[in-house]
Amino acid sequence: MAFTFAAFCYMLSLVLCAALIFFAIWHIIAFDELRTDFKSPIDQCNPVHARERLRNIERICFLLRKLVLPEYSIHSLFCIMFLCAQEWLTLGLNVPLLFYHFWRYFHCPADSSELAYDPPAVMNADTLSYCQKEAWCKLAFYLLSFFYYLYWAPSTARPFGPSLVAPSPHVSIRGTRTGTPRGSHAPGRGTLGHYMRVLTILLMVCNLVLIR
Amino acid sequence: MSQPGIPISGGAPAGLQAQNGAASASGSLYTNGPVQNTLMSSQVSVSQGYNSQLPGSYPHLIPAKTLNPVSGQSNYGGSQTVSPLSNYQGPGQTLYRPLVASNPVTTSLHGGSVPRMPLPTSQNAAATSMPSGSFLPGASVQPPSNWQYNYPSTGSQTDHCPRASSQSLSGNTNLTTHQYVSSGDPSLQNSFIKSGITPNTNNGSMVVHNSYDEIEGGGFSATPQHTNKNPTMNRSVGYSYPSLPPGYQNTAPPSTTAMPPSSLNYPSGPQGFNQTPLGANHLTTSMSGLSLHPEGLRVINLLQERNMLPSTPLQPPVPNLHEDIQKLNCNPELFRCTLTSIPQTQALLNKAKLPLGLLLHPFKDLVQLPVVTSSTIVRCRSCRTYINPFVSFLDQRRWKCNLCYRVNDVPEEFMYNPLTRVYGEPHRRPEVQNATIEFMAPSEYMLRPPQPPVYLFVFDVSHNAVETGYLNTVCQSLLDNLDLLPGNTRTKIGFITFDSTIHFYSLQEGLSQPQMLIVSDIEDVFIPMPENLLVNLNESKELVQDLLKTLPQMFTKTLETQSALGPALQAAFKLMSPTGGRMSVFQTQLPTLGVGALRPREEPNQRSSAKEIHLTPSTDFYKKLALDCSGQQVAVDLFLLSGQYSDLASLGCISRYSAGSVYYYPSYHHQQNPVQVQKLQKELQRYLTRKIGFEAVMRIRCTKGLSIHTFHGNFFVRSTDLLSLPNVNPDAGYAVQMSVEESLTDTQLVSFQSALLYTSSKGERRIRVHTLCLPVVSTLNEVFLGADVQAIAGLLANMAVDRSVTASLSDARDALVNAVIDSLSAYRSSVLSNQQPGLMVPFSLRLFPLFVLALLKQKSFQTGTNARLDERIFAMCQVKNQPLVYLMLTTHPSLYRVDNLSDEGALNINDRTIPQPSILQLSVEKLSRDGAFLMDAGSVLMLWVGKNCGQNFLSRVLGVQNYALIPQTMTDLPELDTPESARIIAFISWLREQRPLFPILYVIRDESPMKANFLQNMVEDRTESALSYYEFLLHIQQQVNK
Repeated sequence: MAFTFAAFCYMLSLVLCAALIFFAIWHIIAFDELRTDFKSPIDQCNPVHARERLRNIERICFLLRKLVLPEYSIHSLFCIMFLCAQEWLTLGLNVPLLFYHFWRYFHCPADSSELAYDPPAVMNADTLSYCQKEAWCKLAFYLLSFFYYLYWAPSTARPFGPSLVAPSPHVSIRGTRTGTPRGSHAPGRGTLGHYMRVLTILLMVCNLVLIR
Repeated sequence: MSQPGIPISGGAPAGLQAQNGAASASGSLYTNGPVQNTLMSSQVSVSQGYNSQLPGSYPHLIPAKTLNPVSGQSNYGGSQTVSPLSNYQGPGQTLYRPLVASNPVTTSLHGGSVPRMPLPTSQNAAATSMPSGSFLPGASVQPPSNWQYNYPSTGSQTDHCPRASSQSLSGNTNLTTHQYVSSGDPSLQNSFIKSGITPNTNNGSMVVHNSYDEIEGGGFSATPQHTNKNPTMNRSVGYSYPSLPPGYQNTAPPSTTAMPPSSLNYPSGPQGFNQTPLGANHLTTSMSGLSLHPEGLRVINLLQERNMLPSTPLQPPVPNLHEDIQKLNCNPELFRCTLTSIPQTQALLNKAKLPLGLLLHPFKDLVQLPVVTSSTIVRCRSCRTYINPFVSFLDQRRWKCNLCYRVNDVPEEFMYNPLTRVYGEPHRRPEVQNATIEFMAPSEYMLRPPQPPVYLFVFDVSHNAVETGYLNTVCQSLLDNLDLLPGNTRTKIGFITFDSTIHFYSLQEGLSQPQMLIVSDIEDVFIPMPENLLVNLNESKELVQDLLKTLPQMFTKTLETQSALGPALQAAFKLMSPTGGRMSVFQTQLPTLGVGALRPREEPNQRSSAKEIHLTPSTDFYKKLALDCSGQQVAVDLFLLSGQYSDLASLGCISRYSAGSVYYYPSYHHQQNPVQVQKLQKELQRYLTRKIGFEAVMRIRCTKGLSIHTFHGNFFVRSTDLLSLPNVNPDAGYAVQMSVEESLTDTQLVSFQSALLYTSSKGERRIRVHTLCLPVVSTLNEVFLGADVQAIAGLLANMAVDRSVTASLSDARDALVNAVIDSLSAYRSSVLSNQQPGLMVPFSLRLFPLFVLALLKQKSFQTGTNARLDERIFAMCQVKNQPLVYLMLTTHPSLYRVDNLSDEGALNINDRTIPQPSILQLSVEKLSRDGAFLMDAGSVLMLWVGKNCGQNFLSRVLGVQNYALIPQTMTDLPELDTPESARIIAFISWLREQRPLFPILYVIRDESPMKANFLQNMVEDRTESALSYYEFLLHIQQQVNK
C-alpha cells in the first residue's frame, strides 16, 4: 500500500492545522475584544458596566488559558510525527515555532501556573498588542503550512501510490488556478487533491462565518 | 468636597469663612486655619496642596492673603482668579506690555532691593498675620484703592469687609442660567464663586496663582523676612519680579501713576508686569533654573563639577512654550511629563534613549479648584476630549479639538460667560481658562444612583494579632475620627473580625449592644444576616462606638493561632458587593486557613542573592478576588502589621488590582515598638479623614500620534485607556508610558488630558480634568534640554519594579544602569560635536546618574542582606503607588543642617516662620561632628547629632545637658521655650504636613542602632555592596566612552 506514514502525517496535520487556524483566528478576535470596549465612553464609565466588562475580560482570559495547552500540544504533535516520518524539511520549518512555544510556556514569570493570560497582565496595552501580533503571525504561519501540507502530502505519496493521490503537484496547482474541479481529467487520480481543495474552501467559509 | 466637619453653606458669609479652615467669623480670617489643623482634616491637606513641595512659593502666600482683605475682594475674586490667566489671551495686554516695560518707575522699584513685603503690608496694616518686620513704609499705599473698586458693584473704598456688597453680587450670579457652583464645596475653594461672597475663597485662589507663578518662574524663595539681603538675594528679587503673585503686581500699577486707574486698565496691569521681564529679559529665566536659559544649555562634565545638587528643592523644568500657553498649563505636581519637549518621531525618541511617559497625581488636594456646574459639558464629538485651554477657537461658534483636530460646534449656552456675564466670549469661560478643572457631572453620567460611602473594617483577632495590641490603637483612632469620616447621611459602616472563624457584628438600630455572629464554615462562606451588618453610621453611631470600645477586650484570652484571611475577605466582598466602597483589612500574620492560605517562602540566607527571591504572588486567589472587588467597586486597603514574613507579594495583590493602598508596619508591637504605634495612629488619622472618591474611572487621552501603552499604579485597566479605580484617594500617584506612533511633524503642540470621574463622599458625581500641553521638537538636543530628570527617575523606578517582577531583580538593576549609559552615550555621540574627555551631560540631566544610583540603593532594588523580602516588596508597592514627590524623597532624601537654623530665607505661613536650610549632598563628608543634621527620607526623618555638637543645640533643642544623655531611642523633640527649638519644630512639622505616610523622627547619636540606616541613605558614599557616586560616574564614563 502506498499510503505511507508520511502521507498520513500530512493528512492529519492538514486537519489539525485547520484547527490551529481556527484557534489563531479566535485569538485575534479575543484580543480585539479585550482591546476595545464596545461601549460609548459614558457607558464605559458606568459602574454597572464595569461588572459586565470585567466578567467578559475574565471569561476571555479563562478561555485563552484553556486554549494554550491544546494549541501547543497539537503543534508539538506535528513535530513528533514529522520527526518519525523523517520529513526533515517540514520538521525544520516547524521547529522554530516549537521552540517559541516552549519558551512561551516555560517563561511564565510565575510561581503559580495560571499567570499566562491573567487579566491584569493581558490588559496592559503593550502585552495586548504583542499578543495580537503574535496571533496574526501564527495565523499566517498556520495558513501557509496548511497549503504546504495540502500540496506536499500528494507529492510525498506519489512514488508509492500514484493511483490514490494526484500525480504531481502541478496538476493540483493547475486545478486550483482554474478554480473548477476537472472531473473529466483522470477522475481517479485527482480524488484526494480535489477532496482537499473542497475541504479548504469549506474551512475558509467556516472561518469567515465565525469571524462575522 | 468631602470636608469632614466643615459645613457646606450656601452663600452666607459665615459659611464661606469656614472655607478657609479655622478662620471663624470672628474676623481673624487670615490666620488661615488649614495649617493649624495639621494632618487632621483634609482641609489642611487642601491648603497645603501645592506648597509642600515648593517652599519657594511660600513667601507669597501670606502677602497674597493679607492683601486680599484690603483689596476689596468682592467681585475681584471671581475675575481675579481667572484674570491673571485670562488676560494673557486678551488682546488688550499687548497694548500695555510696552507701556509697563518702558516704565522707569517700575524698574527702579524692583531694581532696588525693595523687599516684596512692604507693598502688601503697607496696604494692609491691619493684616493680622503679618509679622511686623522691617518694612518700607508707604511704599505704596494707594494701590488697593486703585484696583479694588474697578468693579462697579463693590462697596466703598474703606470697606475692608465687603460682605455686604458681595451679597448682591452673589444674587446676580445665581440668576445666570448655568451658574458656577458657588461655595459648593468648602474644600475646593471654588474660584468661580462670585468673589464677593467669600473673601477667603479669593485668598485661596490668589494663593494658588502665586504658587503657579512660582513654579513656572521657578521662583527663588526670596524672603519677605529681612530687608538686608545678600547680593544674590537682591538679584533674585530683582529678576524674579515677574514671578510675583498677582497681588503684588496689582499693587504696582497704581504706583506708576501714569496709568489711568480705570476698571479697564486693571487687568492689564499685572500682565504687563509679568510679561515684560520674561519677554525682554532672559536673565529672568536664568535665575530660576529653567531649561532654556544659558545655564540650561550648558554641557557639564560630571567628573569635574561635583556639586550639582541645588540647595533648594529641585524645580521641574518649564516647557518651552509660548508664555501665554505656559501660563495656562497644568501644575507640574499634578501632571508631569518625562520629556517636556516631545520628540517628533519614534525614531528620535529611540535615539534619545529616554523613557517617554507621564506622572500623574490626579486627586491631589488642591487649594483652589474651579468647579463648574453646567447642564452640558462641552466635549469633542469624536474623541470625547473635554474642552480645555489649549483648544483653538476658529471663530465664535466653532472650536478645534487639540487632541484629534476635529472641528466642533460651540454649544449655545457655552457662548455665555457667567463670570463676566458677557455673551459671545467662549474663550473666556473657566473651562478654557483653567488646565485643572472639575465638572459636576450631569445625570447622564450615572446610570445608577451614586453609591453611598461604605466603610468596612476587617480585623485579624487571632492570638498573634491580640499580642501585638494593634486593636486598641485602631479602635481608638476610629472612635476619635468617626465623625470625621468623609461621608454624608448615607454613610454606612460595618465590622468583621476573623481568626479561624469569621465573626460578624449586627449593629441594628435599637439593639442594646452589638450582636456577634460567628460563621465557622470557612469552606463555603455565607453572610449570616444580609442586613444590619452594614449599618448607617448616623443611625447606629452609639452601637458602633460601643463595639469599638469593647472590641479590643473581646479577644484578649484567645488561643486561636490560625488565620483565615481568604474566607474573611470573601465574606467581606460578599457583604460589600451590592454597594461597593472601601474595605480596610488589618492582618498580622501569614494566612494559614481556607482559600488563600500561604506558605512561608522567604529564606533569610538567600536574601543577598538577587536571583532567587519571590517577588511574584504564590497564588492568584488574591488577584482574582481583587478583580472581583474591582468589578463591584470595592477597594481593599491592606494594613499589614507583622513581625515575621507575611508574603506581601501575594497579599499585596488584593490592594494593587482593586486600587487600594498597602500600609506596612514591620514588627508592630504596642509595648516593644511604641514608635510604630505612633506611626500607625498618625497614618490612620490621615487615612480615615482624607478625601475619598468612589466608583471612579480615569481615562488619559493624548494627541493623535501619541499612544499610551503601559500604566503603573494601583488599578485595573478595563479597556486599553480606561483605568478602573473603585476608590481614589489623594495620596495615590500614577504613571504611564507612551510611544510616538505617528510622526508629529505637522504639529507644534501636543496635549495630554486625564479625566477622573468619581463619586464624592457627598454623593455627587464629579469629573476632574487636568490638561497638559507640551511642545514638539525635532532635534535630539532639544529633547535632551527638555528632559525632566525627576520624572524620568520616577518612571524608570516604576518600570524597574515591573522588570524585577517579570524578569529578575538583577535584570532591573542592569536596566536602570543601562538607561543612564544609553542616554548619555546617545547624547555624546549625537549632540556633542567635539568629543571631550570626561562624562559630558546636558544640564537637564545633570542629576540623572545620581538619581539612578539612589534608585539602585533604594530599598526596592538594593542588594545585600539587610532588606527583608516584605520590606522590599512594600518599597516596590510604594514606588508604584506614590506620587512623584514622595518617591523622589524616599529615593534621594534631603539632608539639612539644623543646628544653626536661622530665619534667613525662611518661609512664612500663617504666622509660622519656617526656616529653610539648604539641602546638602548625601555624603558623609558633608556631616561634621559639631553639627546636627536632619535627613528627610519621605517616610522617616532622622536627626543625626554629632559628637561635638554645640551645647547650645543639646540643651536648647534636645533638652539634655550633654551628649551622653541623649536617650538611645528618642523619637520626639521636646517643645522647649527657646527660639531654636521653635524653629526646628516648625521645620519638622512643616516637612510632615501632607505626607501620606507619617514620617517618624529618630534622633540618632553615634551608637544608635538607627545609625546604619542613616548612613545607608548616604547615596553618594560607598556601601558594602554598592558603588560610591564617583565610582558610579567612572563606571558610566567607561561605558559611555566605549
